[in-house]
Amino acid sequence: MNERVAIVGIGWSGYRSKSADLSYKELIYESAVKAYADAGVDPRKDIQSFVTVAEDFHEGTSIFDEYTPDQLGAALKPVHTITGDGLHGLATAYMLVKTGQFDIVAVEGHSKASNILTLPEVTAYAQDPILNRPLRFNTHFVAGLEMNRFLFETGTTQEQCAAVVQKNRRNALNNPKAPYGADLTLEDILSGPVLSWPLGKRDSAEHSDGAIVMVLASESTARHLNDKPIWILGMGWCNDSPSLESREWGELPYIQKAAQIAYRQAGFRNPQGIIDFAEIDDTYSYKELQSLEALGFCLPGEAGILTEDGATEVDGELPVNASGGSLGMGHMIDATGLARALEVVLQLRGEAGLYQLEDVNVGLAQSWRGIPTTSGAVAVLAN
Amino acid sequence: MTENIRSFPGTPLSEQDFEEGKILFNYDELNGKFSWDTGIAIGSYLAGLKNGVILGSRCSTCRKTVVPPRTVCEWCFRPMQEYVPLHDTGTVNTFSLCYVTWDMKRLTDPQIPAVIEIDGASPLHGIMHLLKEVDPQKVHIGMRVKAVWKSAEERTGAITDIQYFKPVKEV
Repeated sequence: MNERVAIVGIGWSGYRSKSADLSYKELIYESAVKAYADAGVDPRKDIQSFVTVAEDFHEGTSIFDEYTPDQLGAALKPVHTITGDGLHGLATAYMLVKTGQFDIVAVEGHSKASNILTLPEVTAYAQDPILNRPLRFNTHFVAGLEMNRFLFETGTTQEQCAAVVQKNRRNALNNPKAPYGADLTLEDILSGPVLSWPLGKRDSAEHSDGAIVMVLASESTARHLNDKPIWILGMGWCNDSPSLESREWGELPYIQKAAQIAYRQAGFRNPQGIIDFAEIDDTYSYKELQSLEALGFCLPGEAGILTEDGATEVDGELPVNASGGSLGMGHMIDATGLARALEVVLQLRGEAGLYQLEDVNVGLAQSWRGIPTTSGAVAVLAN
Repeated sequence: MTENIRSFPGTPLSEQDFEEGKILFNYDELNGKFSWDTGIAIGSYLAGLKNGVILGSRCSTCRKTVVPPRTVCEWCFRPMQEYVPLHDTGTVNTFSLCYVTWDMKRLTDPQIPAVIEIDGASPLHGIMHLLKEVDPQKVHIGMRVKAVWKSAEERTGAITDIQYFKPVKEV
């Protein structure tokens, strides 16, 4: 029961702005085959429980969890679906192994964002139907409100936010999985169309399609399966109350809390000097800065300055989103947190290719469930 | 039963109360539009239907033939790459007599949804469709049926390219 838990297999399919050649089942199957081969397991014989992450309104199908078993090799096995971010799914799989009842568990998340023809309206449907939705704002207004208050409270500038976009999209040029790599000047980013001031269109990640599957195992099993297990040292998640009218806009208390939970499990209080690199939420440019502060890597107001100074570049003190993040790889709706965790695993295994970081042993993945939510999760992983 | 319950105390709501704004409520409608990439397996199936053919896929490991085709065998998790044309005849596995339409209108003559095990597919593998040209009292499990197709010009690559299944004379 107190055995550690490791990620022993990873597989992905994507990521691209459209995937008309494959159904969502086939995208998932591609990822699952890779993950199972990577872990050296047969899903029909070896995997004892499955977790998937999906939201009915993103799939266009009610009770979507019914459609997940066959492409995962999970028919007639315990399967359940989490309506949360991919990291919530990872946390659930982690807990299943921790119970001691299951030695090998798989977790799946995917995005067919290109199939949601009215995605902004579906996202807007997450707002309170009586108090907020009748005002009929563009769905990104929530991010505009949050960014404005964050800049106001911390003294962060729009230029510093643009520096996040510049860094992540340049990083994506080295990542063959990333469809949105670009070499942009700050001027290119700042002069783009305005979405919901101060938020510009180029501050906002585009979407991509893709699927991710991971296989988790208990320590004793992991040692047999794999010579490069990546250990889950801590996992935390947290939800604030959802009200737009009375929330803490400048800071992210739910990320602070989620991080504290994960750090406590991992046995430290302050991530500085322990975490070598991070893959964190950058659904919008300012979120990367706000998250860095909430995660305790720096004080409020410092993240923008550190970014301008290059501290979060691949050769900086704390590389952040070396993969390109969501700005470079595309936002994968419910699978976004798993995409971040996958990049942490690749780095810790030394398999990140052109964007491989040197001497990394402990990495952090963090996710946010997107507007208008106040929920997020944090994972601390080590090799 | 107490006197209170029998006399239904309280203020009843009427349609008029809503119309006059005495009852406050909020109305909204979701504009949720989706498309579904059909992919390799279902895409091939729909292309087959457009050509008047029911396609299945065969697993070379567990030797099942399933319809509609899939890219993975759900029983052994091996890829299913062999596509095979099946017959457009089959056997009713189960059916129901629906006396209410999907939008809850009463029917005198029932609609008959049925699962039809397609000839050439493994047992228990079939198509969910409807039966017509049959007396509802005479439909039975095990009944032999055949697809009635739309004309080639009318077919669009959809499950409705088969209009319905009808009984075939059992010889």
